Amino acid sequence: MPDGSFSHPQQRQFNPYSDNGGTILAIAGADFTVIAGDTRQSEGYSIQTRYAPKVFRLTDRAVLAVNGFAADGNMFVKKVKQRLEWYRHAHAKDMPLRAIARLIQTMLYAQRFFPYYVYNILGGIEEDGSGAVYSFDPVGSYEREACRAAGAAQSLVQPFLDNQIYFKNQAAAPNQSHPAHLPLPDVLSIVIDSFTSATERHIEVGDGLEIYVVLAKGRSAQGLEGARGIQELSTKSDGDRVFVIRRELKKD
Amino acid sequence: MAAASVYTPAGFDFSNEVRNSFLTERGIPLPKATSTGTTIVGCLFKDGIVLGADTRATEGPIVADKNCEKIHYISESIRCCGAGTAADTEFTTALISSNIELHALTTGRKPRVVTAMTMLKQMLFQYQGQIGAALVLGGVDATGPHLFTIHPHGSTDKLPYVTMGSGSLAAMAVFENGWRPNMERAEALELVTAAVSAGIFNDLGSGSNVDACVITATHTEMLRNFVKPNERVQKERSYTFRRGTTKFKKEDIRSLVVSEDVIHTGEAMDTS
Amino acid sequence: MDHFPTNWGRPRNDAYDAYNTYPLHQRPSNAPTHDKFADAVQRTQQPIVTGTSVLAIMYKDGIMMAADNLASYGSLARFKSIQRLHAVGSNTVLGASGDMSDFQHIQSLLDALVTEEFTHQDANTLGPAEIHEYLARVMYARRSKMNPLWNALLVGGFKDGKRFLAYVDLLGVTYTAPSLATGYGAHIAIPLLRQAVDGRQDTLTEEEARKLLHDCMRVLFYRDARSLDKYQVATVTDAGVDISDTIKIDTTWDFAEGIRGYGAQTQ
Repeated sequence: MPDGSFSHPQQRQFNPYSDNGGTILAIAGADFTVIAGDTRQSEGYSIQTRYAPKVFRLTDRAVLAVNGFAADGNMFVKKVKQRLEWYRHAHAKDMPLRAIARLIQTMLYAQRFFPYYVYNILGGIEEDGSGAVYSFDPVGSYEREACRAAGAAQSLVQPFLDNQIYFKNQAAAPNQSHPAHLPLPDVLSIVIDSFTSATERHIEVGDGLEIYVVLAKGRSAQGLEGARGIQELSTKSDGDRVFVIRRELKKD
Repeated sequence: MAAASVYTPAGFDFSNEVRNSFLTERGIPLPKATSTGTTIVGCLFKDGIVLGADTRATEGPIVADKNCEKIHYISESIRCCGAGTAADTEFTTALISSNIELHALTTGRKPRVVTAMTMLKQMLFQYQGQIGAALVLGGVDATGPHLFTIHPHGSTDKLPYVTMGSGSLAAMAVFENGWRPNMERAEALELVTAAVSAGIFNDLGSGSNVDACVITATHTEMLRNFVKPNERVQKERSYTFRRGTTKFKKEDIRSLVVSEDVIHTGEAMDTS
Repeated sequence: MDHFPTNWGRPRNDAYDAYNTYPLHQRPSNAPTHDKFADAVQRTQQPIVTGTSVLAIMYKDGIMMAADNLASYGSLARFKSIQRLHAVGSNTVLGASGDMSDFQHIQSLLDALVTEEFTHQDANTLGPAEIHEYLARVMYARRSKMNPLWNALLVGGFKDGKRFLAYVDLLGVTYTAPSLATGYGAHIAIPLLRQAVDGRQDTLTEEEARKLLHDCMRVLFYRDARSLDKYQVATVTDAGVDISDTIKIDTTWDFAEGIRGYGAQTQ
């Protein structure tokens, strides 16, 4: 060892966890939700792959972003998808968003004493047609919010979202108030700027960006039409709709 | 002056080691310093030396400086790349640069690379690795071109191509694959750029731009930001705030201009 | 990941080498000295006989994988003609680094799996994606029992006109990319592989791929102290799996002729 010294006897123990870096975020609009994550997977100072998705479509109205220990994340998404399929077979419909949120809580808490080392953000459309974001800690504590960032660059991105989405520390112009929800193009710009900025200042963020957009049933795709590299993922066109936008991020 | 009340033996003083290991045992690690995660390289070619470095400085996982300079000046035809604790590399190279200049004035000769190397290794060995400087030293003197690496504990290596820092394996792979004896200047510069780029794109501790420095017997050329492969894209929105965005509770305007009258008395100073 | 098999799965200690002057992140234990569970039953193990890097890339006709023939016993080069590439069915090849006895256990699991699948006689065979999914589940299940199989594995294959290349390790971590490497290869070979392969998978010829892996194995032999100058290459194409005979690496050391000492020496 280069610094030479570990005076006390070492206990060699297997550590079942690892941190695979990356960042995720989600922002809810009035009738849409945007859920995004970078695609770099790293360990220590090595990039394992430049493309490992962290954001997954669960149903036509629910998208889940997972961040933390990649093996736990992938296994957790597999298990959530399996439970949603069982629900579909039992009830002949997709599980509602708030029910998925509660399901995720119980699945996380079931592993209270050997937790999934994963930060989850669930985004989508509620049954009343409103955009919603649910954020979780690794053992299942959760909350519905308008926006949330998690992962390596949480401490860089969340203050920026607090300022730009919640208008924290910003006084409204005289005789005016801040909007309760931002329009879709503004939200997309803020998401892209969040990730390009996190890439500048956090070494574990970069390579690629995947932005999922969930639109409420009946809402036009207005605000998405010009987007570069957009692809629709929804199974039917007359319900809630899911799109993904893929962008490049810096690779250093 | 009063005599020291405690006997201090000659040689190394390890008294802080006891305190430090006590603190480490209590779960209090040593304070973190800005580090240059770093890829630094050097390579010998037909007419001299090419040094290369990335420009990222980090504090843990955060990028502290996106465009720092890691190729330090020792003398006109000796330069030194630094990896490790930023402060240590800057102060160590500055001190040795100063001593080399004094040495050159005393001897009346151009300084030699081995002189700088010996000064650096003796200083680093004296501090037993506590000065976290990992260096690539290169230059040309009366005895020809020389290239060294100096480790924080004071050991040195003399090789035709060398790398250091967290990106050293990535950069060394490029050298092992592409280095040949007696390369032309352009080939050597291209190889050094490729080696530093391998670090920039594959090692998270390294990033941003490539700095290079070509040293020959007659001329030293510092190529700051020789390649810039990581320019930031344009932001999607403008984040200027409306005047009045920040609330305030009270306003207090004070004049900071101090006016004074100077009255001349007596004779003017003799400046002849 | 970290790259000395003996460090895999051990806690990371950021207090150690905080300035990352040392290129590799070793992970000595940072566990508390007085562990409440110290007296309890521990299945914690460590690798004994180990293999070093495995490299794999995608190319025009399929995938290509390389691993040297050494199995080390600590720093002793113990077995010098071990094969670390293993064909699974007729569309998949598995390359293993890490503990060799755990690798042999995995081989027997996979052979049983392929036999079981064959006995169904339903014209269905296991492809590389299925083999990788199976291995990921096995590795994740073992790590969750705190009794890991101490390996980093690469799975490559070609089935129904599609290439497949993926990684799985003792933690159950998985990923895929056009070029992959385990162990020291992740630090030394990956920069060269990414440079040559990424974005060129569909045009890279077999000849170019072979030369690339040969060059990388040579660099690894120069720089990885647990490596050997004898290796094998496996290809998986629509013609099936082919594992080559042992290839010897050609090396040159004449650059050393001109070097005298490490400092001020001239003679």
